[in-house]
Amino acid sequence: MTNAVEQENIKVIVFQLADKEYAIPVSHVQGIEKLMHITRVPKTAKYVKGVINLRGVVTPIVDLRERFELPISEHEETTRIIIISLEDMEVGFVVDSANDVIDIPASAIEPQPEVVGSLEEEFISGVAKVEKRLLILLHLEKVLNPLK
Amino acid sequence: MEVNQYLEMFIEESKEHLQACSEHLLELEKNPDDLAIVGEIFRSAHTLKGMSATMGFEDLADLTHKMENVLDAIRNEKIHVTPEILDVVFESVDHLEEMVMDIANGGDGKRDVSSTVAQLKRIELGEEAVPEVVATVEAPVVESVLEYDSFEQTVISQSSEQGFNAFEISVTLREDCLLKAARVFMVFEILEKDGDVIKSSPTVEKLEDEQFDQKFYVAFVTKETAEDMQKKLMKVSEVEEVVVTTIDQKKFSEREYEVQQEVAATATAVVEVEATPAKAEAASNPAKAATPAKADKAHAPVGNKTIRVNIERLDILMNLFEELVIDRGRLQSIATEVNHGELNETVERMSRVMGDLQTIILTMRMVPVETVFNRFPKMIRQLSRDLNKKINLEIIGAETELDRTVIDEIGDPLVHLIRNSVDHGIENPTARRAKGKPEEGTVVLRAYHSGNYVFIEIEDDGAGINREKVLAKAISKGIVTQEQSYSMSDKQINELILASGFSTADVISDVSGRGVGLDVVKTTIESLGGNISIESTQDVGSIFSIQLPLTLSIISVMLVEIEKEIYAIPLSSIIETSIIRSSEIMNAHNQKVIDFRGKVVPLVFLEEIFEVPSKEPQDEEFHSVVIVRKGEKLAGLVVDSFIGQQEIVLKSLGNYLTNIFAISGATILGNGKVALIVDCNALIK
Repeated sequence: MTNAVEQENIKVIVFQLADKEYAIPVSHVQGIEKLMHITRVPKTAKYVKGVINLRGVVTPIVDLRERFELPISEHEETTRIIIISLEDMEVGFVVDSANDVIDIPASAIEPQPEVVGSLEEEFISGVAKVEKRLLILLHLEKVLNPLK
Repeated sequence: MEVNQYLEMFIEESKEHLQACSEHLLELEKNPDDLAIVGEIFRSAHTLKGMSATMGFEDLADLTHKMENVLDAIRNEKIHVTPEILDVVFESVDHLEEMVMDIANGGDGKRDVSSTVAQLKRIELGEEAVPEVVATVEAPVVESVLEYDSFEQTVISQSSEQGFNAFEISVTLREDCLLKAARVFMVFEILEKDGDVIKSSPTVEKLEDEQFDQKFYVAFVTKETAEDMQKKLMKVSEVEEVVVTTIDQKKFSEREYEVQQEVAATATAVVEVEATPAKAEAASNPAKAATPAKADKAHAPVGNKTIRVNIERLDILMNLFEELVIDRGRLQSIATEVNHGELNETVERMSRVMGDLQTIILTMRMVPVETVFNRFPKMIRQLSRDLNKKINLEIIGAETELDRTVIDEIGDPLVHLIRNSVDHGIENPTARRAKGKPEEGTVVLRAYHSGNYVFIEIEDDGAGINREKVLAKAISKGIVTQEQSYSMSDKQINELILASGFSTADVISDVSGRGVGLDVVKTTIESLGGNISIESTQDVGSIFSIQLPLTLSIISVMLVEIEKEIYAIPLSSIIETSIIRSSEIMNAHNQKVIDFRGKVVPLVFLEEIFEVPSKEPQDEEFHSVVIVRKGEKLAGLVVDSFIGQQEIVLKSLGNYLTNIFAISGATILGNGKVALIVDCNALIK
């Protein structure tokens, strides 16, 4: 993530979670999947929904709403799984919807403002303001960290 | 020259040649007079030299060249084999191995070998001081070049009774002889016109492949006289010298009476001997097998056709096949739903073909354990020198095959166990003599198949495990309590040495007491789905027995249903399934148990363990139970219903979800959903 900032423009996937928009650099995204059957894995953290069969690869799924302790909502037609690859891990994030792929100029990214003040604060690497939209850039290592 | 594309092949072949060198060196150490072995080593070294020079690894070529000089001198009987010389040659082979490893790891194969080179030089020069002495020694050697096994002796004595003469003929070709094989053929043609060739050294195959220098030996029976034969053979061009000597039958006449009754068998064999020299070799092979030492010597390369395949491609093949297995499962479940006659037939046929395909792919990935075992003779040799112990290593069943993934992992644990046996097991010669055992200790490394498992055993006739010492240590280290120790069986006590934080040697030695302990061995073997057990009798010896699955990637499981979730239980740990009534469940210390064939078996309710979301607890009259085992302990896993048995492909849960309680992995079912595999070992305490 830090090296992404050094570039002129970074391409990000924008997704919706509750009432906010978040962004993940495209370089970490393997694909976006529709919701499919998730097999529950017992005795794991609450936000680990289980595993899916992603074209023959067993992939763990994390519900980002639960990870950020946001109010839980029913899965809907727009619900998507974003497959992330980080180091040697592949994990799917359940999000409300995946909206867009856009370029953010590196200059538009600011360090995380202190005022956000919620639990998700620690998972944020910065915010970007693009045409009146406020995008929250996720710190993927921290999102996935506690289970490593 | 662009050599990169050959690099991989070069490294592989170099390793093979070096392995051959060390194997033959060990053999040579046992039979220092056997020059045929020296020839083998020389050839390997020679090829290695050629290859490394071509590839531009000068240091490698140079050291090989120096080693080759010494070998050449031995081969030409200018130097005699002594343990000191062998030490130096072993050292050179070690250096060469290091160099090749360096090259394999991307290095340039450079290494400081000056002291070894100096030693090799000294050995090589040492011979020049006494050339005259050697020359006189050479003549009598000719007489005893060929050795005969009982079968060949019989043939020789039988034929002499019928008025044939038995000769040993040595033929020397000119040094500039170009078509050695052709000359050999001509010599054999002359010989076969006048009599029968009984044996040759080197073997006929090797002679035909020109795998010899200038000289070869033939044992021959004929009615002609020695002079006539010599003259006839000298007519073959490019033959420098022919020496015909009569075979001294007195040497083996004492055996004759034993073999009288074999006359009939011999008669047919002689017919075969006449047919072709190659067949003669084949006919005499079974006879040789009776005396293993000689059989080894005559061991000809087996003419199996093989190709080299990059292991990566096999892995890809395996992955693709795994995909197919998953699709087969899907097809099968669709076919059952649709229930269409022709479809069912086709799916069934496909399943059968895939079964065969699976066997072939799995056997293709099988590698003989030899690839792991072959580094041990040298290791034992080194260890016995370091520790001043006399140790004989016996390897049995090196041809036993195991999946490559298992082979890759099993090497280190075995090294550890063998070091342990040699260091802690085998006593030093003085102690052994005091106990009335032979000074030389024996370590047996044994591998064999049994069912779906491969067993590897390491047996030593050493001190065995000292029960009291182990217990005292375990108590002092807090591994067990005093109270627990009273109720422990011998086997349990033996297995304490595998517990973490355990090391019984009073003095930490360089060999095995590195503080790592045997617990690493246990962990590695268990991670491979295997098992290790120890049997030991004090002062008699110990056996470490490792049980390993044949393959890791495709396993048979029993699918069970708990509420709406499906779990897979490996068949290897299931003993049987059973349906029990609620009234049969008893309570013992808050633990529900059942009486299963006279044994009290604790019940594990998977629904509770796996926290399966269920609507409401309902009291059912009957419960489905899967009886599983871990070693000798049993447990009954209570599930909702059994689905059936299936072959599945083992998949890992990835690097994010690790160490999940009682789940060893996952698989993909016919309907495309993921099912988790239950780790029975974790459920039984």
